[in-house]
Amino acid sequence: MPGRSLLEKIWDQHVIARLSEDTDLLHIDRHLLHDLGGSRGLLDLKSRGLKVHNPELTFATPDHALSTAPGRAGTSKIGQELLAALRVETAASGITLFDVDQPGQGIVHVIGPELGLSLPGATIVCGDSHTCTHGGLGALAFGIGSSELTHVLATQALIQKRPKTLRARFEGKLPLGVTAKDMILALIGHIGAAGGTGYAVEYAGSAIRALPIEGRLTICNLSIELGAKMGMVAPDETTFEFLRGRPYAPQGEMWDRAVKAWRELPSDPDAVFDREVVIDVEKIIPQVTWGISPEHVVGVDGVIPDPKSVDDPLRRAAIETALEYMGLQGGAPIAGTPVDWVFIGSCTNSRLSDLRAAAEVARGRKVAPGVRAWVVPGSENVKREAVAEGLDKIFIDAGFEWREPGCSMCLAANGEVVAPGQRSVSTSNRNFVGRQGPRARTHLASPASAAASAIAGAIADVRMMGR
Amino acid sequence: MPKPFDKLTATAAPIMRANIDTDVIIRIERLVGNGVRGTLGKWAFGSLRYLADGSENPDFILNREPYREAEILVTGPNFGCGSSREGAVWSLQERGIRAVIGSSFGDIFFANCFQNGILPVVVDKAVVDQLAADIEATQGAGKVSIDLEAQTIVSPSGARHSFEIDPRRREGLLKGLDEVALTLQRDDEIHAFQAADRTTRPWIHFQKTPASRTPA
Ligand code: SF4
Repeated sequence: MPGRSLLEKIWDQHVIARLSEDTDLLHIDRHLLHDLGGSRGLLDLKSRGLKVHNPELTFATPDHALSTAPGRAGTSKIGQELLAALRVETAASGITLFDVDQPGQGIVHVIGPELGLSLPGATIVCGDSHTCTHGGLGALAFGIGSSELTHVLATQALIQKRPKTLRARFEGKLPLGVTAKDMILALIGHIGAAGGTGYAVEYAGSAIRALPIEGRLTICNLSIELGAKMGMVAPDETTFEFLRGRPYAPQGEMWDRAVKAWRELPSDPDAVFDREVVIDVEKIIPQVTWGISPEHVVGVDGVIPDPKSVDDPLRRAAIETALEYMGLQGGAPIAGTPVDWVFIGSCTNSRLSDLRAAAEVARGRKVAPGVRAWVVPGSENVKREAVAEGLDKIFIDAGFEWREPGCSMCLAANGEVVAPGQRSVSTSNRNFVGRQGPRARTHLASPASAAASAIAGAIADVRMMGR
Repeated sequence: MPKPFDKLTATAAPIMRANIDTDVIIRIERLVGNGVRGTLGKWAFGSLRYLADGSENPDFILNREPYREAEILVTGPNFGCGSSREGAVWSLQERGIRAVIGSSFGDIFFANCFQNGILPVVVDKAVVDQLAADIEATQGAGKVSIDLEAQTIVSPSGARHSFEIDPRRREGLLKGLDEVALTLQRDDEIHAFQAADRTTRPWIHFQKTPASRTPA
């Protein structure tokens, strides 16, 4: 029998019942709720006359529909209603809520790892597709829809079909100025936005091993942009050091037992994957998207694709549609494209290390005239740590706006939008049509690249900034 | 509880662009709030269906006869990728869509379809292209038939294609089964699993009393 992969080991440990050859009823260890769908699920449950099966394994926080303006001014009426409903329904069910202004509040995918709720070998779900983020700690984490959310509330279990496995190996030493965000965008560019559809992805290789946890979370975050609803990195000493002492992580003797179990999780050397991809990271340069799918990506020193040089009519049409929406010329260099907005935040890139990287570029410089630049920390704890380090001051001195934690301009659910036709460089994960507001134009990039673009007033190569 | 799905013969609209994401299917601001169900049909594909001034975009296929009445979508690869929002499925359903046929779908969208009694059919890209061509050849007048029991699609040209579907999913759709109720029939097994797991992985299981909503 061949060895087992990380995915198979975690999966097998969670099977309550085998429902068919490839479909199982899985136990769910952690269920995270947010303001957009949390109260809806709890109300749905109530209307069926059911109770939350394991409230102590369920945690909630507001993030999506909350304004990130100082004092939360500008939260819409519906946003306020959703927050009020989340408070009432979680309290009635005995679910812990990390509320506004409290340590623990923040974007669900930032707080799970930060609080030690997300653990290696755990199954984690949330009604949000970027739940794959938590896979950076060696968890089996994935997004679910509203119906599945109700199912988990009612049963603490979920019916799932076993996915195929894809191993993406990043090998080599990451060049200066190149980050985890660039690694994953390069992979999406390489295998396409549907390259991972139907697969659970395991990220492996020397460049992954060398990454701190926050970088691994960024990589796993964009698994869904690869088409894969699950992405994961095997736990190792870096993982254990990250989790040690976190509020919800095991302590004392229990910690030792847990670590011993977690050491058994990495894929066996002879594990077989359905697909394998190898990326040489030494060839990666800072990435930036030019179009309306994350696969529309180039190196920042590259040119926007020219539809005239593409033979396949469907691909040519797709490029033409994207260029028209984005207001760009095929064949032109991407660097130097003027920008109106810069957004540093989202569950992809709003952790302390992301803010440090952006602040490093911004320190002692000024945001270009005519550019609005926002920094939105991922959580209340990130915000407090950043303030303690003086990062807020660096940003404010440089002309950035420093905001309260939340999803903000990543999804534009709260009136925090890029105006029609305006161009934004964003550290988030989706450059879809209208994602940051109707007719808004989004370029995805790393925090360092975004900060460099804010300073330059145009899409910029951070490696040219001399730091 | 989803409505059962058995057979359908209906107008089909080809929307062949690749990577149509759930943000394009339904914009997030239409989904904010707990009372949005029932209001979503007119916002399905909003950014494609309406022009900047709010009027209908005459070029968009679902704004044209006879595609306006379509109950089936024939879609390009990776349809429904992106966000997990089940509102994408609700909006299609409220628009009258009952089945989508494509070569690949976003994983979460695919699962959400079954939860709402919408049939997503995966067939080879060549079959999708053939269907789209056949539909366009009749300018939408030719209907597409889907038989879930027999696992076949019949194109307006009469060409018959079979498709694969997970047997559990198929039964769930045919009978309109409620998964929550089915799983709760196994509640003893869930409790037995948790009891055993508490000894193997005690760090996963917190105490159930409100006082210890902090770590165990
Ligand atoms: S930051 Fe953006 S992608 Fe992440 S959970 Fe919030 S809305 Fe979703």
